[in-house]
Amino acid sequence: MSSATILKLKKRNISEKGSAKVSRSRGGDVAVFIFLLAAGLLMFLPFLYAIVQSIKPIDEIFIYPPRFFVTSPTGDNYLSLLDLVEDSRIPFSRYLFNSVLVTFFATGLHVIFASMAAFPLAKFRFPGSKTYFNIIVVSLLFTTQVTALPLYIVMAKLHLIDTYAAIIFPAIGSSLGLFLMKQFISGIPDAMIEAARVDGASAIRIFWSIVMPNVKPAWLTCIIFSFQTVWNDEGSNFIYSESLKVLPTMLHQISDGGIARVGESSAAAVILMIPPILIFVLSQSQILETMAHSGMKD
Amino acid sequence: MSKKPREHTLIRQMRKNTENYLLLIPYSVFFIVFTIIPILVSVYLSFTYFNLLQPPEFRGLFNYIRLFLDDEIFLISLRNTMIFAVITGPISYFLCILFAWLINELGPKLRNVMTLIFYAPSISGSLYVIWSYIFSGDSYGLVNSTLMRLGFISEPILWFTDTKYALTIIIIVQIWLSLGTSFLALIAGLQGVDRSLYEAGAIDGIKNRFQELIKITLPSMGPSMMFAAVMQISSSFSVGAICNALAGFPSTDYCASTIITHIMDYGNNRYEMGYACAIATVLFLMMFIMNQVIKAILRRFGDV
Repeated sequence: MSSATILKLKKRNISEKGSAKVSRSRGGDVAVFIFLLAAGLLMFLPFLYAIVQSIKPIDEIFIYPPRFFVTSPTGDNYLSLLDLVEDSRIPFSRYLFNSVLVTFFATGLHVIFASMAAFPLAKFRFPGSKTYFNIIVVSLLFTTQVTALPLYIVMAKLHLIDTYAAIIFPAIGSSLGLFLMKQFISGIPDAMIEAARVDGASAIRIFWSIVMPNVKPAWLTCIIFSFQTVWNDEGSNFIYSESLKVLPTMLHQISDGGIARVGESSAAAVILMIPPILIFVLSQSQILETMAHSGMKD
Repeated sequence: MSKKPREHTLIRQMRKNTENYLLLIPYSVFFIVFTIIPILVSVYLSFTYFNLLQPPEFRGLFNYIRLFLDDEIFLISLRNTMIFAVITGPISYFLCILFAWLINELGPKLRNVMTLIFYAPSISGSLYVIWSYIFSGDSYGLVNSTLMRLGFISEPILWFTDTKYALTIIIIVQIWLSLGTSFLALIAGLQGVDRSLYEAGAIDGIKNRFQELIKITLPSMGPSMMFAAVMQISSSFSVGAICNALAGFPSTDYCASTIITHIMDYGNNRYEMGYACAIATVLFLMMFIMNQVIKAILRRFGDV
C-alpha cells in the first residue's frame, strides 16, 4: 500500500469516527444545541462589540445612554486610523513589510528545522534521544511570555536587542511545533521507513523523500501556530527602533491614545484579528488532523 | 574494567547515529539558546546582584530572603498567580473538555463553525482590550449602563480600579481567552476515539451520552487530556500582559499583580535583574512542580 493510500484511509477513518452517534436522545440533542448556542453567543459578544464600535460614528460612541448597536454605520474610524498611520514618520508599508518579513523567516525556518529534528526523535532510538525529548516536553511550559526577562538578558549579551532576530530566533526554537511534528511523524507506519532503509537510503534521504511528503498537515499546523505567535507578538520588549517595529506594535501605539480613540482602537483590533482567524478557517481540517496526534504519553 | 567496553558501545552507538544528531542540530541551537539557556541564566543570576551594566555580584540567598520576607507585593502577586493556577486553570481546563465534548456532538458543518467561535478569542491578538470598553468605569460602559438601566446600581462601578472587582474581571477575560491549543487537541482527540468502542458500549447497555463520556470517551482520551493539561498550566501561570493592559500598572494596591507583572516591574522598570531572576526562578519551580502534580493526578485516572 502506498503512503498516500494509508493516509487517505486514516483521514476517512477520523471523519467517520466523529459522527458516531449511538445512544442519543432527541431532547438531549436539543439541550446541547441550545446550551452551545448560548455559550457561543457569550464568546462572540466581544467580537461583535468590537466590530460595532469600529463602525460607529463619534457621536454614537459617546451617546448617553449608550447603545450596543450602531444606527448609522460609517467607515470613519478606519479612515482616521489610516490618517494617523500616515502621520507617523515611518510609512505604513514599512510596518507591514516588517511583519511579513519577520513572520516569513520565523515560520519558515521553524517548520523546516522542527521537522528535521522531529524525525529522528520520532523514529529512531539513539543515546540521549529520550532524555532530549523529555526536556522538550517539559519546556512546553516555558513559553517566551514566561521566560521574557532572562531571554532579554541573553539577547542583550548576544547583541540581538533591536534587531529582527530578536523576534525571529526564539520563534524558530519553539517547542510546541517540534512536539506536534514528532507526534505526527510517529504516526507514519514504521514499515515505510524500514523498507527505505533496507533499500540503503540514508536518514536524511528518508526524511526528504518519505517523511516530508507525509507530514503536510503537520507542516500547515506548525506554520499556522507559528504565524499566530509571531503575528500577535508585539516584540515591544526587544525592539526600540520605530523602523523595525511590526504592525501590531504600531497599531497599539496608536490605539493607546486613550478614551478619545475608542473607535480607532476598535478598528485596529478588528484589522489585526482578521489574518489569524482567516488562516484558521482555511486550514481547520488539517490542524485538527495534526492535533489528533498531539496526545502525550509518559 | 567493566566500564570500558560499555563506553565503547556508547561511542559506537553515537557514531552509528551521526545523521540523526546532524538532523537535530539546527533546531537545537535555537531551542537551547532561547529556551534552555535563559532558564539556566535565570537560576544563576537569582543568586546575584545584576543591573545589566556591571558584572553580576554574588549575593547568595539574599534575593530569595528579600522576596519572601521583605516584599509584600511579591506575596500579593504570588497569591494572584496561584488563583490563576488553581482556580482559573482548572475551570478553563474543564470548559475545554465540556465544550469540546458538546461540539463533537454536532454535525460536521456546525462543528466547524462552533470550533471557530470558541477558539477565536485565543488567536485574536489584542482584541481583549475591547473588554476594557465593555467594563468601562464610566456610565458609558456596556455593563455599567445596563446595570444602571435595570436599577441594580445607581452610580457606575470602577471595575478595573476597584480592588473588589479588578481581579475577578481579569479572570473572566482570561477564561474567555483560554480555549486555545488544548481545546483543539481535545476536539481532535474526541474525533479520534475508536468508534467500535461506542458500538460495543451500546450493546453493553450504555444508555445516554453522559454515561458514554464517563465510561468510554474520557478513559480513552488520556494522552490528549495530558497534553491539554500541560498547555493550560502554562497559560494560567503566564497571565500578566492582560493585567497590565486592563487594570494598568501598577493596579490599585497591586490588586491585579501577578508574578509576571512583578518580574516585568523589576526587570524592565528598575533594572534589578538579579532580583527579577529570583522571581522568575520561583515561577519556573512552581510551574514545574504543578506540572508533575497534574501529571500524577491524571495518571491515576487514565491509562496514560
